[in-house]
Amino acid sequence: MLEFAFQEPMFALEVIIGGLLSGIMYSLVALGFVLIFKASGIFNFAQGALVLFAALTFVKMLEFGVNFWLAIVITLAIMMVLALSIERVVLRPLVNQPLIILFMATIGLNFLIEGLAQGIWGAEVHSLDLGIPEEPLEGLMDAVGISITYFELASAGIAAAMVFGLSIFFNKTRVGRALRAVADDHQAAMSVGIPLQHIWALTWAAAGIVALVAGMLWGAKIGVQFSLALLALKALPVLILGGFDSVAGAIVGGLIIGALEKFSEVFIGPYVGGAIENWFPYVFATVFLLFRPQGLFGQKIIERV
Amino acid sequence: MIYREAGQFKTSYEADEAIFPVRQDRVFVIGLLVVAFFVIPVIGNDYWLRSVLTPFLIFSLAALGLNILTGYAGQISLGTAGFMAVGAFAAYKLSTGIPELNIIIVFILSGIIAALVGIAFGLPSLRIKGFYLAVTTLAAHFFIEWTLTHFGWFTNYSTSGVISAPEMVLFGYTIESAESRYLLALSIVVVMTLLAKNLIRSELGRAWMAIRDMDVAAEVIGIPMLKTKLLAFAISSFYCGVAGALWAFIYIGTVEPQAFDINRAFEVLFMVIIGGLGSIYGSFMGAAFIVLLPILITNIAFAFGANLPAEVLTNAQLIIFGSLIIFFLIVEPYGLARLWQVAKEKLRLWPFPH
Repeated sequence: MLEFAFQEPMFALEVIIGGLLSGIMYSLVALGFVLIFKASGIFNFAQGALVLFAALTFVKMLEFGVNFWLAIVITLAIMMVLALSIERVVLRPLVNQPLIILFMATIGLNFLIEGLAQGIWGAEVHSLDLGIPEEPLEGLMDAVGISITYFELASAGIAAAMVFGLSIFFNKTRVGRALRAVADDHQAAMSVGIPLQHIWALTWAAAGIVALVAGMLWGAKIGVQFSLALLALKALPVLILGGFDSVAGAIVGGLIIGALEKFSEVFIGPYVGGAIENWFPYVFATVFLLFRPQGLFGQKIIERV
Repeated sequence: MIYREAGQFKTSYEADEAIFPVRQDRVFVIGLLVVAFFVIPVIGNDYWLRSVLTPFLIFSLAALGLNILTGYAGQISLGTAGFMAVGAFAAYKLSTGIPELNIIIVFILSGIIAALVGIAFGLPSLRIKGFYLAVTTLAAHFFIEWTLTHFGWFTNYSTSGVISAPEMVLFGYTIESAESRYLLALSIVVVMTLLAKNLIRSELGRAWMAIRDMDVAAEVIGIPMLKTKLLAFAISSFYCGVAGALWAFIYIGTVEPQAFDINRAFEVLFMVIIGGLGSIYGSFMGAAFIVLLPILITNIAFAFGANLPAEVLTNAQLIIFGSLIIFFLIVEPYGLARLWQVAKEKLRLWPFPH
């Protein structure tokens, strides 16, 4: 089959491009993880549930007949409230606990939010139309024979804009620096006067916004349903490949994983019985980590014996 | 008053190194075993033995295995369900391939096979730490899941998709009834718990704890990383593998990869965290908590007469489950085992606290 890939370079290219574009969608989910990890050192397992919650809320607003933009505003407001309550109820009592405890708390949160989302909004599958056509770009199709839809292009654009915005936020603003200080050491950050509570609430609110964007795009692609919560599992290999604390890593990792996933499924999959896209990214990321334990762009922790 | 070790003098090294050096502990454990072996099978009804106590015991075993890896050796793993699946399928292949093999030997061999798989997927732990390692153990989970579903050899090319576990014969006696299943599970769990208890008091157990507390320092004092970490993975996977085999053979009676999905791994991790990281009886308390909680929620819902639709009930369960986990972590991050310790301290002084 690999020979086939070389015989049909255009087809291989199309597969890879399709993979890259779906990889961007993974990056969007991974970004939410990175945001919280960067700002608090917490591995937030509930990000998938946040995506589900945001998407369901948004779709329900639309179904109630609320205007598109107003629905976004309302959903954002709800996500903010959720973020504030998470900070108040879950994180504040757990300050200075070991990270594994915080990680477990987010798994608990994951169940809680999944239950809430479906309990409040119901478990049916909703379709979501963002008004971006799913048709391929005609010009490109005619010129080189590769089909890319408007939708894929738009999501790539949105992802790029978010990465750009987040990078500036983390590196150039005062709040962004405070976030990174908190991630380094809770106690040290508190002792130099950084308001931990505000920072955490802010981070979770930002993660909520990222979740809404990811939820809208994924919801439009596969329908708003429970499987959105499982996207978190798709984002994990992206995360470890890119490095937990790197915004750029989430994007590059997403691109690599997306392309590899599709490529391996089409060209290697048939040899071994197919459906390898569930584990291939994980195994690839694991093997990669053996050579570079902090991921592509992760912060290197120097340790010598 | 009741729990006081004053006056219990140890006059030999053996007495000092006993598993339960305090007499009250010894009496309590022996009493518990007597009740578990002789009283419960008599008074327990079929439902309790088959659907509550047996899964509780098997979950305890899996939690014990994960506790060895995560609680004692400090390596977070989400591959538990995968290793359980390996154990279950290994037991299936062994007992259908060699039908005359004693079922206990089948369980031990399947544990060893799971241990070998565990070593293979434990190799990254030498380079990768913390959450990165947790995610790489997911690689183990998904890879194992895929392998077991995609190659017909593992299921003896069964087309139905549901494979029933072969019947278990032990010393000429077919293990069929709820009581015999419960007793078999109980015996295996007791023996393996005893092993684990001794293991963590040994040199190896102390080496694990040293690695957990600070790996660099452990290496400096001469603890071999490769051997110790891989042994942690191997022994933990052995326990999980046996638990998986018991799950398939004794509890559900069918061998299917779906029984070992990713939620199972989380469940076991919760048991370890809620019970108490690095505590043997914590594993049991955590397992009891997680097994009993859904039953309790359902029963309370029924007791209130509300004939809730299944969907609402599932969501309510998710919400209550999630909240309780968060609640527990906030109130007692060191788990039920810590509460037990506090209770013992209190008992030591009671009823004269000053």
